Amino acid sequence: MAVTTRAVATRRVLKRPLRPYGVAPTAILLLGAVYCLLPVSWVLVAATKSKAELFSTSTFAPGTGLMANLADLAAYRGGVFWLWMLNTLVYAGGGALLSTAVSAVSGYTLAKYRFRGRNLIFNVLIGGILVPSVVLAIPQYVLFSSIGLAGSYWSVLLPQILHPYSIYLARVYAGAAIPDSLLEAGRIDGAGHWLLLRRVALPLMLPGMVTIFLFQFVAIWNNFLLPFIMLGDDHTFPLTVGLYTLLAAGANQPALYNLIITGALVSLIPLIALFLTMQRYWRTDLSSGAVKS
Amino acid sequence: MRSGRLAVAGAAVLALALSAGCSSGSQESAAPTAAQTSAAGPVTLTYWSWVPNMDKIVAVWNKAHPDIQVNVSKQAGGDDAAAKFLTAAKAGNPPDLIQAEYQMLPSFVAADAVADLTSGTAQVKGEFGEGVWGLVTLGTDAVYAIPQDSGPMMLYYRKDLFEKFGVEVPKTWDEYAEAARAVHKADPKVYLGTFSSKDPGSFAGLAQQAGAQWWSIQGESWKVAIDDAATKKVADYWGGLVKEGVIDDQPYFTPEWNKALNDGTLLTWPSAVWGPGVLSSNAPKGKGKWEIAPLPQWSAGENATGFWGGSSTAVAQKSPNQAAATQFATWLNTDPEALSLLVTEGAVYPAATKGGAALTSAPDYFSNQPDFWQQTAAISATARGFTFGPDVNVTYNAFKDAFDKALQNGSSFSDAVGVMQETTVADMQKSGFQLAR
Repeated sequence: MAVTTRAVATRRVLKRPLRPYGVAPTAILLLGAVYCLLPVSWVLVAATKSKAELFSTSTFAPGTGLMANLADLAAYRGGVFWLWMLNTLVYAGGGALLSTAVSAVSGYTLAKYRFRGRNLIFNVLIGGILVPSVVLAIPQYVLFSSIGLAGSYWSVLLPQILHPYSIYLARVYAGAAIPDSLLEAGRIDGAGHWLLLRRVALPLMLPGMVTIFLFQFVAIWNNFLLPFIMLGDDHTFPLTVGLYTLLAAGANQPALYNLIITGALVSLIPLIALFLTMQRYWRTDLSSGAVKS
Repeated sequence: MRSGRLAVAGAAVLALALSAGCSSGSQESAAPTAAQTSAAGPVTLTYWSWVPNMDKIVAVWNKAHPDIQVNVSKQAGGDDAAAKFLTAAKAGNPPDLIQAEYQMLPSFVAADAVADLTSGTAQVKGEFGEGVWGLVTLGTDAVYAIPQDSGPMMLYYRKDLFEKFGVEVPKTWDEYAEAARAVHKADPKVYLGTFSSKDPGSFAGLAQQAGAQWWSIQGESWKVAIDDAATKKVADYWGGLVKEGVIDDQPYFTPEWNKALNDGTLLTWPSAVWGPGVLSSNAPKGKGKWEIAPLPQWSAGENATGFWGGSSTAVAQKSPNQAAATQFATWLNTDPEALSLLVTEGAVYPAATKGGAALTSAPDYFSNQPDFWQQTAAISATARGFTFGPDVNVTYNAFKDAFDKALQNGSSFSDAVGVMQETTVADMQKSGFQLAR
C-alpha cells in the first residue's frame, strides 16, 4: 500500500517536469518521419501520373497512368529493367552476404584472439572507415582494369566485400555478445577454432550479422558511382546506373521521367520487403541485449 | 602458435573466395577480351552510344557483316559518357567505338584517346557539309570522327498564343525584345522566353550565330577568344532582357520549365532540330500548337544560325580493330539504309547530306507544320559552328557558375563571359597547351 502510494506520488512528481521534454522528442521524430516519407510519397503519387499529367497536374493529385507506366517500363528496350533489377539483387545480395561473412569472421577474430599486429590491423580498419568509398572508385577502376576484371560482375562485387565499418561493428558486437568463458568452456571440451566459430561464435553473433547484412545490402543497392565507373556493358548495370541512362539520355532525347519515377518506385519494393522480413531479427537483437544486462 | 594457424586458415578462406570469384568471373569478362585478341577472322567491337534503339540499327549491320560484330552498350548521354570514356581510355580498356559530342571531341584528341581516321575516310568527306566536317577535323588535316547528327538552331514558338497576344514572329533580336516586352506587359505571368544559366551548349550556339570564334588553332598553338565582341553582344542582350524582367531566368529541362511549356506561360524556345522529341515528351499538351521559324537575326537581312548539340562516331586509339571500326562508323553515318534507320529508330537528325531523303513526313508533334523538314533543311544550310577547344567541359562549367552568379547578383552578363575566358585560359595553361596571344 505504502509502496504503491509512493510510486504514484513519484510518478506524479516525475511526470510534470518531464512533459515538455517528452513532447519535444516526439515532435522531432514526427518531423523526421515527415521529412523521410514525403519524398517517398511524392514518388508514389508521381508514378501514377501519365506523361501528360506529370508536369501539369498539382503535385499530390493522383494520376491515371500507373498501369501504362508499368507496362512501358516493362517493355522498355525488351524488358531491360528486370535485368537491371536482377543485377542489383546479385550485387546487393551477393555482396552483402560475402561482406557479412568476411566481417563476422574478422570481427570475431579481432575481438577474441590476441595476436601480434591485432591493434595495428584494427587501427588501420578504423582509419579505413574515414576514407569515403567514393574516393577509392577511380583507383579501384584502374586496378581492376590492369587485372582485366573491369566491366565484369566481380568488379562491382569485390570492392564492396571488405567494408571496414562492418568489421568494426562485428568486432564490437562479438566483444559484447560472446562471453570469453563460453569459448573457454568450448576449448576445454576439445573444440577447435572452426567448431568454436561455427557452433559458438556465429550463432551468438547472428543478430549483429543481420544488421551488417542489411546495412551492406542497402549501401550496395544505392551505390551509384562504383558500378557507373566499373561497368561498360549496359546488360550488367544495376538499377541505379540503368535508371540514370534514362535520365541523361543526351540532348537529342528527352529524359524519360515517367519511366524513371516508376522504376524508382518499383526498385523500392524489394528493399521494403527485406526490411519487413528482417525486422524480427532486429527485435531479437534488442531483447537479447536486455536479458544479458 | 594457435593464432598463427588461424591467420593462415583465414587467408586460405579469403584466397579460396577470391579464386572462386576469379574463375566464375572469367566467364563474364570473356567477351571483351575476345575482341582484343583476334586479328583475322570475326572481330567483335564494343560501341558506347546513347542513341535510342541503336541496338536495332546495329542488328542490321551485324546481320550483313558476320565478320565484324558490333556490340552496343547504351550509356548515360553527354558529359558522363565522355568522362567515362576518358577514364576507360586512360586505364587501357576503352570501347572500340564511342559516340562523341562535337564539343568533347577535342578533349578526346588532346588525351590521345581517339584514332586519326584520315586513311580510312578519304571518300567520306563529300557526304557532309563543310560546317559539320570542320567539327570533326578541328580545322586540321586529320579526321578524328565521322559526323552522326547535327543540331542547327531555330526558334520554336507557340503559334496560337502569338496570335492571342497579337505578336509577329520576330525576324531580328530587336523584334524579339519588343515582343518580349509586349507579351509580358499584356500578361505579367507570361514570358516570351527564358535565359538558361545551365545550358552552355545553347549559349554557344547563340554565340556561333553572332559570329563568335571561341577557339582556333594557329600553327602549333591555340587562340582563345570566348570574350570576343560577338559573344559579349549576345550576353549583354540577354542580360538586359533578364534585368528588365521581360525574360524569365529559369533553366531549361527542369520540371518548372516543363510546367511553363505546358500551361502556356512560356512562348518561345530557341533550340535545335532535336526539339520535337523534348517538346512531345515534356509538353505533350502543346501538340499541334508549336511551329518553327529561323532564329531571329542580329541585323535584318542576315541569315545565320548556330549549332546546339550534335555528335559523331569516334574510334578509340587503343582499339585493336581500328579498320573494322572505321568501316562500321562509315556505314552507320553515310549508308542510306543506316541513315534512314537513324531517323526512324534513333530519332536523330543525320549530319550526312543524304540524310534528308529519310526525313519525309513532319514529326507527329508538328503535324500542323507539314513542311517542317523543308524549313529545317533551309535553316540547316545557314548554320555555322566554331572549332571547340580541348577543355570545353571547363568552359561550360565556368559558364554555369558565372551566369548563375550573374543572375543571382544581377551583375553584368559580359563580365560573366570574361570569367569564362579567364577560367578557360588558366586551365589550358595549367594543362600545358601553347596559347597564342
